[in-house]
Amino acid sequence: MRNFSLDQIPYSDELTCLKDVFNAKNIIKNTRTLSEREELHNKIVGSLEEAVRLSGLKDGMTISFHHHFRNGDYIVNLVMDKLAEMGFKHLVVAASSLTDCHYPLIEHIKSGVIRRIETSGLRGKLAEAISGGLMDVPVVFRSHGGRAGAIENGELPIDVAFLGAPSCDPYGNANGYIRDKDEGIMCGSMGYAKCDSQNADKTIIITNHIVHYPNAPFGISESDVDYIVKVDEIGDPAGIMSGATRFTSNPKELMIAEMACKVIIASGRFKDGFSFQTGTGGASLAVTRFLRDMMRAKKIRASFALGGITGSIVDLYEEGLVRKLLDVQSFDLKAARSLRDNRFHQQISASYYASPYNEGTAVNQLDVVVLSALEVDCNYNVNVLTGSDGVIRGAIGGHPDTAYGASVSIIVVPLTRGRIPCIVKEAGTIVTPGKIVDVIVTDHGIAVNPMRKNLRKRIVDSGLPVFEIEELQQKAEKLVGISDPIPYTDKVVGVVTYRDGTVIDLIRQIKE
Amino acid sequence: MKQLRRTMLYVPGNNPGMIKDAGIYNADCVMFDLEDSVSVVEKDAARFLVNEALRTLDLTGKEYLVRVNALDSPLGIADLEAIVSTRKVVIRLPKTESAQDILQCEREIERIEREYNIEPGSTRMMAAVESAAGVLNAKEIATASPRLIGIAIGAEDYVTDLKTTRSANGVELMFGRSMVLLAARAAGIDAIDTVYSDVNNEEGFREEVQLIKQLGFDGKSIINPRQINAVHEIFTPSLKEIDKALAVIEAIKEANRKGSGVIALNGKMIDKPVVMRAQRTIDLAVASGVLEKERENA
Amino acid sequence: MKIKNVALAGTMESSDIMITLEPSKEKSLVIELDSTVDKQFGRKIRRVIGDTLLEVGVDSARVIAVDKGALDCVIRARVKTAAYRAAGEECCHWGGDTK
Repeated sequence: MRNFSLDQIPYSDELTCLKDVFNAKNIIKNTRTLSEREELHNKIVGSLEEAVRLSGLKDGMTISFHHHFRNGDYIVNLVMDKLAEMGFKHLVVAASSLTDCHYPLIEHIKSGVIRRIETSGLRGKLAEAISGGLMDVPVVFRSHGGRAGAIENGELPIDVAFLGAPSCDPYGNANGYIRDKDEGIMCGSMGYAKCDSQNADKTIIITNHIVHYPNAPFGISESDVDYIVKVDEIGDPAGIMSGATRFTSNPKELMIAEMACKVIIASGRFKDGFSFQTGTGGASLAVTRFLRDMMRAKKIRASFALGGITGSIVDLYEEGLVRKLLDVQSFDLKAARSLRDNRFHQQISASYYASPYNEGTAVNQLDVVVLSALEVDCNYNVNVLTGSDGVIRGAIGGHPDTAYGASVSIIVVPLTRGRIPCIVKEAGTIVTPGKIVDVIVTDHGIAVNPMRKNLRKRIVDSGLPVFEIEELQQKAEKLVGISDPIPYTDKVVGVVTYRDGTVIDLIRQIKE
Repeated sequence: MKQLRRTMLYVPGNNPGMIKDAGIYNADCVMFDLEDSVSVVEKDAARFLVNEALRTLDLTGKEYLVRVNALDSPLGIADLEAIVSTRKVVIRLPKTESAQDILQCEREIERIEREYNIEPGSTRMMAAVESAAGVLNAKEIATASPRLIGIAIGAEDYVTDLKTTRSANGVELMFGRSMVLLAARAAGIDAIDTVYSDVNNEEGFREEVQLIKQLGFDGKSIINPRQINAVHEIFTPSLKEIDKALAVIEAIKEANRKGSGVIALNGKMIDKPVVMRAQRTIDLAVASGVLEKERENA
Repeated sequence: MKIKNVALAGTMESSDIMITLEPSKEKSLVIELDSTVDKQFGRKIRRVIGDTLLEVGVDSARVIAVDKGALDCVIRARVKTAAYRAAGEECCHWGGDTK
């Protein structure tokens, strides 16, 4: 080696890289092959229990999960059962969302393993139990964008993220599919998981399929992963997704969807290069079908579609009607395969999708979004969380994020569902504030937010049936009658936040 | 504007879900059925249901009909009482064989109008032929009563009566359709074609609608709201037809301004059938949204 | 009208209500209701059932109602159907507008 000393360097106090003189004795080269290294030097640990211990998880800490496995998820229950077994207490569960299959959490809440929950939504028995006052500490509801923003700016710090992944290499590059084979669990985009992995103190990948290094292109990067656990099963494919989301054949939903498409065209946003996001079921999905016909007829191509991507959107891409796809969550196998195989079907994180703190956030680039609702009230406030009986039964998702970001936000909803009115005087729970809700499309006509004067004029001029929202509410009331008020207690069981973390509404306990 | 009957949506009378939603679709007419779509043991239930629905629901914006059971049974008479008493609908007879059927029905309706203090003659009727005899008697049927607003053909039973089957091109219905149409025209009432049951065969449906429109029918029976748009589209007049019709109406206005008794357009005299046809074209154009109402009235 | 037999009307389809009427020794109407919208409309539904029975002259019966979100006009229709079936009679007078 060379002969010099550090004192010979001028301005050495400004040079931040100087530590000591190089010494070859400090280097020991690893001459093992890639194959050997994958076997011996990797982040895979023997068991979930070991991973938990290595992560340094303690009582009272915050753990997170994604919901890309929807109602076929095994991960949340698997991890919570293990943590309960290991004796953990007072944990904060910050799942991106929870569904019907997570009812086992009820026991963990009762036994003190879980102290509080943060989520986008709750359903089934767990939701009913919480509405009935199961928890002392209220559940905090956040939108996808709100959660991502809170995680990134430290308002919701995650200590350990437990992320299920259909494939992972020994160093942590994980994906929502298995690249080499068209089988196994496929969830496509891992957008919510990406965000958690990038910000959690420790990230544990739970997979049932270890692949060779590198699992590129990767959804989750190895540099964000600490430990990997291999298990036999991470989820139920049937509960995760279907082969292809089918369009509804329900004539009422089709009628509403067709009307929503006409609203899009009348709005002036239907131009070459426009961008849109549609929903994933019922009328909001069927809008895609009518949009397609119009795009073909008028030779209009979209610059991108955002979502919640379904096979029907992929069809539009394949027909050359949409240039790019931005995907935070893939809803069926067709979409998952497209994400895997098509460079222009880009996987995006929850933050990229909807964070309120980034100017370039994808939702801010939308011309049109079509959303559904449980209830809309006469101030255009939208409820997607609680039913007319006051029980929690939904999820915020990206509702307020997209409604805010889109140039025109359209809510498709039937006037009534059975005997339940969907246009009401006051929403049971306000999730998306009326100020960012533009057009309501029902099977009995359309209402346009009076703040959107130009938009309203365009829709009226196009000959579509426009009413005051009060008229629609009166129609609903006339049909079903005036309902008795739901009896609540004073106890707050849920705190509903807007995208920026401010509290927009409170959910109270149902009186039995 | 004359009542358009391009689409007549059939709704089973014992189905509360479908009855309460029938009004949201843009069909010109809705027909609640107490006959074929209701099982024998539920006839009373359907009667009560349709009666209550007619008395409560908002029925504006469409023409409502109720198909009652055959009058040769107490079912039919009870149906008439329950429905005529609501004062809101057109009575559609099931299988009409002869003018006698029309007259019998008329007599019952007259009695009910008297009993319930309803304006005599205000309850309208619609006939439906579904057999060889009915088709052959079409003209007598269609002209039997001033209460009649239209006559329909029911293909399934008709074709069975003929001892043949339905085919894609409908050649077996040719004569029946033509007879019904001619009868309708002779009587000055509407002609409504039969249902098309294969809801998923959009192309086949459109072909049939094109055919019956060309034959001269005023409308089609519909069994699923998804069929409505195709019919309205096909019945939309072309721009050429609309311009022609507007010219006729303009010529009439011109003649009125001049105080002339003779109306001429392009050197030709315009007589009543031409005028009525022009008006119908404009009505169809306005209903399809192709023409604005004000332009028509200007 | 006097309820002579057990009778049933309506179905358990969405937007319908299934009404079972049984003769009762008490001179009162006892209504058992199982409804998908019990909290919001339970009170109203019971009242409509009760009023309709009184309208057709039934003041003594046991009513078992399974409701799947039926509108008032549907409830009235099903109750009347069950009542006339249970009494073994035919309806003889039809009213005009309900409103």
